[in-house]
Amino acid sequence: MQQMTTAQPGKIALDPVPSEERVRTRTGSATGSATFIGAAAAALGLVWVIYERLLPFTGVLGFWLCWYAVFLIVYFVMARLQWDGLEARNRLFSVGFATGGAVAIAVVLDQVGYTFFRGSNAVGHVNFWTKSASLVGPLTKTMTVGGVLHAIVGSVEQLGLATLFAVPLGVTAALYLVEIGGGFARVVRTIVEAMTALPDLVSGLFIYVTLILSFGLTQSGFCAALAIGITMMPIVARASEVVLRVVPGTLREAAYAVGGTQWRTVRDVILPTARSGLATAIVLAMARGIGETAPVLLVAGYTKELNADPFSGPQTSLPLFIYYAIHVLATPPYIERGFGAGFALVVVVLILFTIARRIGGRAPGELTKRQRRRLSKEASTA
Amino acid sequence: MAVKLTPQAPSAQPGPPEGDTPRTIVSRSSGSDKIFRGVLRSAGMAVLVINALILIFLILRSLSAFQRAGFGFFTTRSFFPETSSQFGIAALLPGSAEIAVVALLIAVPTGIGIALFISEYAPPALRGAMIAVIDLMAAIPSVIYALWGLFFLMPRILGFDQWLSHHLAFIPVFRFSKTNFVSNYAGAPFIAGVVVSLMVIPIITSLSRQVFSQAPQGEREAAYALGSTKWGMIRTVVLPFGRGGVIGASMLGLGRALGETIAVTFILTPIDNTGTFNIIHALEGGGNTITAEIANFIFQYDPKGKAALLACGLVLFASTLIVNSVASVIVSRSRSGAATQD
Repeated sequence: MQQMTTAQPGKIALDPVPSEERVRTRTGSATGSATFIGAAAAALGLVWVIYERLLPFTGVLGFWLCWYAVFLIVYFVMARLQWDGLEARNRLFSVGFATGGAVAIAVVLDQVGYTFFRGSNAVGHVNFWTKSASLVGPLTKTMTVGGVLHAIVGSVEQLGLATLFAVPLGVTAALYLVEIGGGFARVVRTIVEAMTALPDLVSGLFIYVTLILSFGLTQSGFCAALAIGITMMPIVARASEVVLRVVPGTLREAAYAVGGTQWRTVRDVILPTARSGLATAIVLAMARGIGETAPVLLVAGYTKELNADPFSGPQTSLPLFIYYAIHVLATPPYIERGFGAGFALVVVVLILFTIARRIGGRAPGELTKRQRRRLSKEASTA
Repeated sequence: MAVKLTPQAPSAQPGPPEGDTPRTIVSRSSGSDKIFRGVLRSAGMAVLVINALILIFLILRSLSAFQRAGFGFFTTRSFFPETSSQFGIAALLPGSAEIAVVALLIAVPTGIGIALFISEYAPPALRGAMIAVIDLMAAIPSVIYALWGLFFLMPRILGFDQWLSHHLAFIPVFRFSKTNFVSNYAGAPFIAGVVVSLMVIPIITSLSRQVFSQAPQGEREAAYALGSTKWGMIRTVVLPFGRGGVIGASMLGLGRALGETIAVTFILTPIDNTGTFNIIHALEGGGNTITAEIANFIFQYDPKGKAALLACGLVLFASTLIVNSVASVIVSRSRSGAATQD
């Protein structure tokens, strides 16, 4: 949903338009950079002396927080010495906002890096990818026994089923919001939006209450897939709606003008135009779906055995395996295996995410290089 | 939030003359279209039906708990539904609220800051990368956040916690009434709140960024022309324009924070549900939330206990659905969110 907005509507370019040279106004200056670096260094020195030597403080995190606070003060004072209050405040806020961005990058890198670091020992063994955990006891120390194949199989099957369930429903609901609209659609949009931020535990609770408590089904991969599907559906619908909305209205009108029915217009014009954006929406929702833990916690059941049949018996997925390894079993060898599963999960999410970014960079109707070549070939032969 | 196709602001286009109304188009839709529209309508309907079903089934299954506890369900500060009929969500809800408050106090300013950085400050090349990072932050599974929070953040934040309680104890939130061992700081609501805040930041950032980037160019230039600095322009144009979006985003974040399960379950040290612990002291280890209670005990409790847990789940569902719906209405009613509507 987020990167859709970077797409420019109505940019249906067969040939890349020679872009004009944009005039860049200079924003940085040597004085500005020197002030920044000087303030950072001054704060570092000052905090080190006070924090480490003079006061009985401890803790790495506290040190850097203090450093940041002192840095802001020093930076503001230094800026105030050179510029007026308005400009100094302007610079202070620029630095503050940039820090936010830096923190976000640092957190993401740290989470991915830390999971890779802690999981690297477990995933280095081939058996980790090819064996289930059936022979692994809670205290099996060596990593050469057992693995998470059962969880990988479960994750893939549950995600596949959930996608089958969520994508048609989500895309159709998005089409309803865009193509039909009206007062009722506004209600639906509000609910869809509310559902995207609904606690993921609730969808698991729902499936647990209906299928398992009321209809007497046992815990299975299918139940988990339904629960994941419920969390994925609003994500697909929301992101698809944004994509469908930027399909140029002129295309729609052209299709109607040549006598197309609404169904033909949607099938032959709107969906193909929005194809890359829809694909992004779906892949992004899959990336979210594969990491869902709370919904599957209640309805998938935990097992150490490989169970390839999602319709009968408990089926473990990667996030669920991590949950049990870390929270329920919580022995050191299992924690290591849990991080190994985290490694696998992060890799899958990163792959899905990269795919989504690659296909999502284009505006609706914007063609790939290959499509453009084919079109120009057709044009020259015709 | 989509880029608009046709400018609808009346000032942007010469409007139709007074009294000139568009002709109503009369067309009979074909048979295939009727079916098509029916399918679309039913998909829209299905969204509502799913929510209605969640509500109905949760009510049906938790009715017995409400009958047992009566009105005390909302006021009793103890939760032993198997043995006593005196149990209430008031034993769990404060814990959820506490974590949500900590999370929002961190996430709202940070999220807005990042959104402003992306939409106003970052050079174009960095902007795309930052948007990707925020998207990735939203895509990282909550269980990975939980792992990171438990094993990476917790050992490193304890010293800072201790520092806070030493030097800022005059603020009740940071007061520490237990023995001052580092281990007593572990598993505290504050730490869970920090981790949850990281999961809320991408929600707030991406929504705020979208409304900020829609702030009208003309008004920005007007602010600059009046001699304002960049920050002055942001304060007088961008922030007021995006206010509705930011409020809505924060409320969506609140819904997320109230309902976060895995990170909270991993990090919080469970405590007995007698409701005697001091909820204000966020740094003290131990706590409980609705979600953690459900995740930890739904398989252990007997049917009576299960019904009580489902009643808590129902309250959670209903409250977050209301909060989120109000949030999305606020976003769409605001000036900046108007573009997302028809």
